Amino acid sequence: MADARRNFPDLPDPDGRFGIYGGRYVAETLMPLVLDLERAYYEAKADPAFKAELNGYLTHYVGRPSPLYYAERLTNHFGGAKIYFKRDELNHTGAHKINNCIGQILLARRMGKTRIIAETGAGQHGVASATVAARFGLPCVVFMGAVDIERQKPNVFRMRLLGAEVRPVTSGAATLKDAMNEALRDWVTNVADTYYIIGTAAGPHPYPELVRDFQSVIGIEAKEQILAAEGRLPDAVVACVGGGSNAIGLFHPFLDDASVALYGVEAAGHGVETGQHAAALTGGKPGILHGNRTYLLQNEDGQITEAHSISAGLDYPGVGPEHSYLKDAGRAKYLSATDAEALDAFQLCAKLEGILPALEPAHALARVGDIAKDLGPNGLIVMNMCGRGDKDVFTVADALGTKL
Amino acid sequence: MSRLESTFARLKQEGRAGLVAYVMAHDPDAEHCSEILRALPNAGADIIELGFPFTDPMADGPSIQRAGRRALEAGGSLSNTLALVARFREANATTPLILMGYLNPVEQMGYATFAAAARQAGVDGAIIVDAPPEEDREVRTALASEGLPLIRLATPTSDAARLQKITDGAAGFLYYVSLTGVTGARSVAADEVKAAMTRLRRATDLPIAVGFGVREPTAAAAIARVADAVVVGSAIVDEVAAAIDAGKPHEAPARVAAKVRELSEAVRSARIGVEA
Repeated sequence: MADARRNFPDLPDPDGRFGIYGGRYVAETLMPLVLDLERAYYEAKADPAFKAELNGYLTHYVGRPSPLYYAERLTNHFGGAKIYFKRDELNHTGAHKINNCIGQILLARRMGKTRIIAETGAGQHGVASATVAARFGLPCVVFMGAVDIERQKPNVFRMRLLGAEVRPVTSGAATLKDAMNEALRDWVTNVADTYYIIGTAAGPHPYPELVRDFQSVIGIEAKEQILAAEGRLPDAVVACVGGGSNAIGLFHPFLDDASVALYGVEAAGHGVETGQHAAALTGGKPGILHGNRTYLLQNEDGQITEAHSISAGLDYPGVGPEHSYLKDAGRAKYLSATDAEALDAFQLCAKLEGILPALEPAHALARVGDIAKDLGPNGLIVMNMCGRGDKDVFTVADALGTKL
Repeated sequence: MSRLESTFARLKQEGRAGLVAYVMAHDPDAEHCSEILRALPNAGADIIELGFPFTDPMADGPSIQRAGRRALEAGGSLSNTLALVARFREANATTPLILMGYLNPVEQMGYATFAAAARQAGVDGAIIVDAPPEEDREVRTALASEGLPLIRLATPTSDAARLQKITDGAAGFLYYVSLTGVTGARSVAADEVKAAMTRLRRATDLPIAVGFGVREPTAAAAIARVADAVVVGSAIVDEVAAAIDAGKPHEAPARVAAKVRELSEAVRSARIGVEA
C-alpha cells in the first residue's frame, strides 16, 4: 500500500480525473461555467477567510461537530467489534447533505451568483438546498421527479415552506436521474446568474472534488473523535453509497491510513441478481453520464437503466467517480444490502439504540453486523449515521403492511 | 473531396446557405425512419443530421427528448442507427450525413469499432454533445483515423480564448449553438447571430452551421443570410410527433418532407435580392 499512501490524496488530477473516472463531459455551453467554478473553488479553498466563514456556519448553523456515539447495545447484539456511529443525522435538516450545501452556497455568493438550482431524489438535498437558499436570501428552484414528489410529500412541503419552488420533472422515469438532467438543462439556459448545487460527489469536475471536500468534515471529525475515545484508528469505516457523498466524506481522511478498511454499502433493492437494484459499483460497468465517467447501470447499447431501491436517496443508476476509482484500486470494498435487509436493520436500530436511522444508513448498518463479527471483539468500527429516519416512517410503515 | 467538403463548395458556388435537417434514428420506427431519410434530399435537405437515441439527453429540449424516447421504445440503438445509414447509402451517394448524439453509446461500442462501422455505413462525421474539446480526444482520433471529422460546437458562452481551444482541432464544419439553452428552446435573434458570426469567422475558416434556436422558415431565412448552413431539428421531429398523435404514423415521412421543403425554400431564397 506504499504507493497508495502517496497517491490517493492528490486526486483528482488537473483534468478532473480519478484514474480513468471523472472528467467534464458536459455540453460546450457549460464548459466555461465549470472552468469558472473550478477557478473560484480553488481560490476559495486557499482563502483562510472562506474557511473561517464556512467553519462558523458549520458550528453555529449546522451544529457541528456531530457526536461520535458508542452503540453499545448493537455492539453486544452482534457480539463482535465495537461499533461507533458518527451522528450526522443530528445535523440541522437531519442529514449530511447540509455540510455540502453550506459550502456551495458560500461559494455561489463569492461568485456573485443570484439564483440557486438543485436536483433532489428523496428530497433531503432539496431541503438542505432550500434551507441555505432561505438563509442567504436567494431564490431556489429544486428539480424533482414527479414520481418522487408523490412518494416524498413531507419533504416537498418542507421545501415550499422554506420558500423554494419545487419543479416537477416528468421526463424519463421521473426520478432523480431525470431531475438531474432537467437541472442541467436549466443551467445551460440560465448561464449568467445561476449556481447549480449538485447534491452528491458526482457530476462534472470540480463537483466530485468540492463536494468531497465539504463532506470530508465527517471523516476529519470522526478520526479525531475515535482517537480521543479509543486511542487508536478504527479497523473499518462503513457508509452507504448512492451517489456516495457521505461515504467519500468519511473515507477520504482515512485514505492514507492503510490499516483502516473502507466499506461502502450499495442498495441491492430486490437483490442484485434480479436486476432491480441501485448497486452501480456491484452490478454496473463504467460509462458516461451527468458529466463524468463512472460505474453505471446500463445496457449493452449504453442506455442507462432504471435503478430501484426502497431508499429514494440511493435510487440512482450511477455513483461518484472517486468511488469507481477506489473500487478499481482495491482501496475500498463495496458491498450491498437489499431492501429487506435495510428494513430489518432500521427496526433493530430503533429498538436497541433508540435511533430511527434513515433508510440510506440502514443499508450500511445491515452490513455492519457481518463486519463486526469478522473483526471480532477487539475490532473497532465507525459507521456514518448520515441521516435520520423521520422522513421514512411512511415508507417503512407501508413496507411492513401498517396503515398510518 | 469528402461529401461534406463538396457540398459546402457547391453551396458557396450557388451563393446560398445549406439546410441541415435533423431527424432521430428509429423515430417512429426503423421502416418509417428509412423512408424519411430517403425523402430528405428531395425535399431540399443539403445535409442530414441523424440523431442516435440516448436515455438521458441533457442538452435537448422536449421535442428531441420525445423523439429519442420514441426511438428507444421502437428498439433504436447506435448499432441499428448505423444500419439505417447503410440502407440510406444504397440509394444515395451524395448527401452528407452526420451523426449527433451523446458519448456513452459510443463508449460502450468502443471508439475504434464505432469509427470503423460509421465509415463503412457511409457516415460523414459526428457531433457528440457531451464531449467538449477537453474530453473528445478518444472519439476524435478514432474518427480521424477513418477519415471522418468530429464536428465541434461553439456557443454564446465561448469567448476568444475558448474559441481558440474549440477551433484548434476542429474539422468538417463548426456548429454554432445560437442560444444558451436546450434544442428548440426559443427563437434566436438574427442580429445576435450576425454579431457572433463575425467573431467566429475570425477564429476559423471552416464553414459554420447555426442551430438550436431555429424553428420557423422566416427564422431559417434570417440565419441563412449570415451562416453557411442552418440546422433545424425540433420543428422537424415535431412533424413525426404530430403524425403519431393523429394516429397516422405512416404519414410521418410526408409530413417531415413537407416541413423540410418549406424550410428549404426559405433558406434557398434568403439571399436573393440581398447584398452578400
